[in-house]
Amino acid sequence: MASKVIQAIYNDDDVLMLAVKRVKEAHHHIEEIYTPFPVHGLDKAMGLAPTRLAITAFMYGCVGISVAVLMMNFIMIEDWPQNIGGKPSFSFIENMPAFVPIMFEMTVFFAAHLMVITFYMRSRLWPFKKAENPDVRTTDDHFLMEVSLNDNEDELTRLLVDTGAVEVKVSEKH
Amino acid sequence: MASHYEAPIREPLVTGEKSYHDVTVDVAAPVEGRANKQWWIVFSIALVAFLWGLGCIIYTVSTGIGVWGLNKTVGWAWDITNFVWWVGIGHAGTLISAVLLLFRQKWRMAVNRSAEAMTIFSVVQAGLFPIIHMGRPWLAYWVLPIPNQFGSLWVNFNSPLLWDVFAISTYLSVSLVFWWTGLLPDFAMLRDRAVKPFQKKIYSLLSFGWSGRAKDWQRFEEVSLVLAGLATPLVLSVHTIVSFDFATSVIPGWHSTIYPPYFVAGAIFSGFAMVLTLLIIMRKVSNLEAYITRGHIEYMNKVILLTGGVVSVAYITEFVIAWYSGSNYEDYTYLSIGAATGPYWWAFWALIICNFVVPQTLWIKKLRRNYIWSFICSIVINIGMWFERFDIIVINLSKGHLPSSWTMFSPTFVDIGIFIGTIGFFFVLFLLYARTFPVIAQAEVKTILKSSGERYKRLREEGKSLVGTGADARTSVIAGTSTKENLDQDTKNNS
Repeated sequence: MASKVIQAIYNDDDVLMLAVKRVKEAHHHIEEIYTPFPVHGLDKAMGLAPTRLAITAFMYGCVGISVAVLMMNFIMIEDWPQNIGGKPSFSFIENMPAFVPIMFEMTVFFAAHLMVITFYMRSRLWPFKKAENPDVRTTDDHFLMEVSLNDNEDELTRLLVDTGAVEVKVSEKH
Repeated sequence: MASHYEAPIREPLVTGEKSYHDVTVDVAAPVEGRANKQWWIVFSIALVAFLWGLGCIIYTVSTGIGVWGLNKTVGWAWDITNFVWWVGIGHAGTLISAVLLLFRQKWRMAVNRSAEAMTIFSVVQAGLFPIIHMGRPWLAYWVLPIPNQFGSLWVNFNSPLLWDVFAISTYLSVSLVFWWTGLLPDFAMLRDRAVKPFQKKIYSLLSFGWSGRAKDWQRFEEVSLVLAGLATPLVLSVHTIVSFDFATSVIPGWHSTIYPPYFVAGAIFSGFAMVLTLLIIMRKVSNLEAYITRGHIEYMNKVILLTGGVVSVAYITEFVIAWYSGSNYEDYTYLSIGAATGPYWWAFWALIICNFVVPQTLWIKKLRRNYIWSFICSIVINIGMWFERFDIIVINLSKGHLPSSWTMFSPTFVDIGIFIGTIGFFFVLFLLYARTFPVIAQAEVKTILKSSGERYKRLREEGKSLVGTGADARTSVIAGTSTKENLDQDTKNNS
């Protein structure tokens, strides 16, 4: 379904925030907003659900510490126990203090890298990915709001211009 | 809007009449412009130093570690000194980007990008030393816990040297990912400004197709926060583990419980000194005086004063305890009367003067806000922190339990060459970075512009609203008013 969107460009973050509130109040559906920097409170104003990336980081961290424990238990205790410096390796619990640094490092390693990979996958970011911001000024000092259009072009244009948009145009949604 | 409020008493973090567009232009300028003569001169010197160091490394690897000045008594010297020195320097970058993010320090935004670059480049230098010291670096992968076909042994997870392998590689890779994620929006800015097709291609590739959607920003901020939360204990753990290399041994002067916190403080101390050295030059060369202000220099000097204080207290503690123990062995540790008056008196006093005496001048506000003094002071601290590691390693080893094997260490040209080579390598990387990367996190600076920019602070003082002040005459030629007028005209015509 080729749907049309209306694109409104703003040149100030505060104007954009007020505009978002008015567009929401008028019960229009904001498809997307492209901004050059994170505008504080924009996600809440748009009604975006909070991200769950922090939760994934916690789970990845749990995986990391488990891998570290299993690996060191196998290598140091089960597979080839040695007596190093008069300290025999026959029990994981007794030898555990020496394993704490690596348990910690592996937790951080897994949590950080897997969370970032998840972020890149979810936000569709990778090398050779083509950028999708409709206007190059949105990485400089302009803010672009896309509102979905249902045969109400005039009304929406009116509203958007009234909220302080410097440019309003209709575009096919890609 | 109220959300932009900041107490008027706070110094502006961006001086001058800067708009959002100005931030873009100023950060893109060094990348879009051409390198000047000075850049080429400094780059050439760094490159020569790097190549010289590379030659020394090749000589070491092909001939053997015997080309260094090591002897039976002093089996660790410049290589490990340089390793600890470089790792320590790296710590300021993570501290600025992670710890200061958790503390919501806005001033970090102007310096975090370069500080993180410094972290990555210096950890690369640090990593070289243990690998060269292995003697057969092509077997470096033996430190990994891989299924073992070489004999009967796994790696030893009880060894602090193996903890180092995990700590440094985690630190390097996590710092790199943290840095790159922060770079995406700024690469996207360069991509969207680029006019030459080649530049456009390169920055498209580097920016991973960043588009700046509201949801992307929401995730971006969450990821930054969580990474900061992970990197904060990580940075403390890395130098703690480096200090374990010494503290878990039984050498007098190394076997000390004060080492982990003392090493971490020392690392941040030396790292901030290196950040100052680099940024005081960079703000001039890259015309970033409006973003890296006198205030920024002062904040960093305050951190130096604090961590320098921690280090100084540790010195005094070690010195007093060595004396108070009454033990003969303790009288030859690196902080003792024996060290201060013995054959390594010059190294002892270099440490005390550079790390203890000189930084105290920063208590004087005039001096810590002075660019030239801050620069001199940062160089002195860099030297002092190198001597600290040299003292810990060489002085402590030179006089062990057996007086018949007491000896001195003198470096060969290869020791010196490799050290100079890593300094050259570091500057080669940093100079290339300064010409091709956005050296200021411009997207982040834009978020604080309305609260901490001089122009916006003034507007707020005058009681004016900040709504609509983000517009810039240069980018808003198709002004909003004209569109609105046109539309009004249209409606009139229709009715």
